[in-house]
Amino acid sequence: MEQKKTSQALRAGSPFRGAKEEQKILLACRDVSLGYEHKPLLEHLDFTVRAGDYVAVLGENGSGKSTLLKSLLGLTPPLAGTIERPAQKAGQLGYLPQQTPAQRDFPATAEEVVLSGFLNRRGFRWRYSAAERSAALMHMGKLGILELKDKCYRELSGGQQQRVLLCRALCAANELLILDEPVTGLDPAASQDLYKTLRYLHEREGMAILMVTHDVTAALREAKTILHIGQKRWFCGTAEEYLRDESGRRFGKR
Amino acid sequence: MKLLISMFAYPFIVRAFVVGALVSLCAALLGVPLVLKRYSMIGDGLSHVSFGALAVAVACGFAPLWFSIPVVMLAAFFLLRIAESSRVSADAAIAVLSASALAIGVIVTSLTTGMTTDVDSYMFGSILAMSRSDVALSVTLAAAVLVLFVAFYHQLFAVTFDESFSRATGVKVGTYKTLLSLLTALTVVLGMRMMGAMLISSLVIFPALAAMRVFKRFRAVVVCAGALSVVCFCAGLTASYLLSTPVGATVVLCDLVAFLVCAALGRR
Repeated sequence: MEQKKTSQALRAGSPFRGAKEEQKILLACRDVSLGYEHKPLLEHLDFTVRAGDYVAVLGENGSGKSTLLKSLLGLTPPLAGTIERPAQKAGQLGYLPQQTPAQRDFPATAEEVVLSGFLNRRGFRWRYSAAERSAALMHMGKLGILELKDKCYRELSGGQQQRVLLCRALCAANELLILDEPVTGLDPAASQDLYKTLRYLHEREGMAILMVTHDVTAALREAKTILHIGQKRWFCGTAEEYLRDESGRRFGKR
Repeated sequence: MKLLISMFAYPFIVRAFVVGALVSLCAALLGVPLVLKRYSMIGDGLSHVSFGALAVAVACGFAPLWFSIPVVMLAAFFLLRIAESSRVSADAAIAVLSASALAIGVIVTSLTTGMTTDVDSYMFGSILAMSRSDVALSVTLAAAVLVLFVAFYHQLFAVTFDESFSRATGVKVGTYKTLLSLLTALTVVLGMRMMGAMLISSLVIFPALAAMRVFKRFRAVVVCAGALSVVCFCAGLTASYLLSTPVGATVVLCDLVAFLVCAALGRR
């Protein structure tokens, strides 16, 4: 479907970028400054996430990645500038946070965790609807964890836990996924599986993805757009552009 | 058996059964999210605040329950805010608050009435403490806690499991955390007269811990904790009547036995 649209756009002679501009804006930073208590880490950040994007956010520790993430999620206001979050307003934002130690021994089944993703849809509820239950099972089937639905969350492996949380994010949204260091603590095989799943969600399900990561190699391979934030400067562009850029030359080739 | 039947001839014991079972149920239900969120000691801290408030209320001649409920709710709300801003860690804040409230309570009592049996009953609990109007108030409030807990069960689950996800996807995390702390405050104040300030936090912690050893589904853990807590309370109250031991301590020992049994079951 996505492929077809692109080829039509190319045939009509309109450049690919032009077709992209028409895509719906999901998240936009306009002249944003970030930092702690009047000490900006990062200034004049401008970028947009549209439907169909796959963005990887790179940067050293302390460069403001987690502050940026918090601002993108609307948890802390930026020092200056505005962040528009139409996807979140529409209840179309799914989030995969880093796991907390408290979660690792949590007594709940995978299904209970996945269903909790629906809670942003309506305020008051006694129970989940039949449609929500079947949607949850469908998502679990897609990510290959259907047989784990009655397993206890704390007994799952790290990779399985990430899939459960990813399913929950899918229940909360079907437009934009924000991921915070999704492969931290996973072994290489589980990491590759997770990237494969993300690729599937991006290509087949049309999810836009924004992922904060330390894994530069995977980011360059998987993402369409790289957002690098560093000391007082930032870069946003494709992987090839990034490798030619100053920040990419220092950071990307190691 | 005859002894058991004669037990229910005393109206104060019937009152104790009704209020105690309701409070144990509330405490156990709230205990599951509290223990999982690493707030186990909040019950302990709030009970000391409740003791301080009661001491002040007795000294000034206020109605103890009416005075201590708002004070403890305020303390619960305050503790929650502290836990959110990371300057002071939650466990340190609880320790500071509970020690100072206890100190205030002890000083106020020693300056006014002295360590009377009344004060003693607040420290270690007494089934004689419940007057008829207390029972009416306790039952109403306990029912309110139960209804609110059931109504917001899913939200409380989500907030307990993952605050940052809930916040990011637009669930009002602050509201539900406040709800949790206010319900806990109510339960602690209600339970403390029977269990005593020193022991009430065990009603929050033991059943939740025991249920978590055995069950893997959150709903099952909550239901099991509630049931276990009510059973332990009834057993403890009966034992305390038969053996003439203090109620609070006897109930805690019953809870401990239940926890050990569950831990053994969970090991297999």
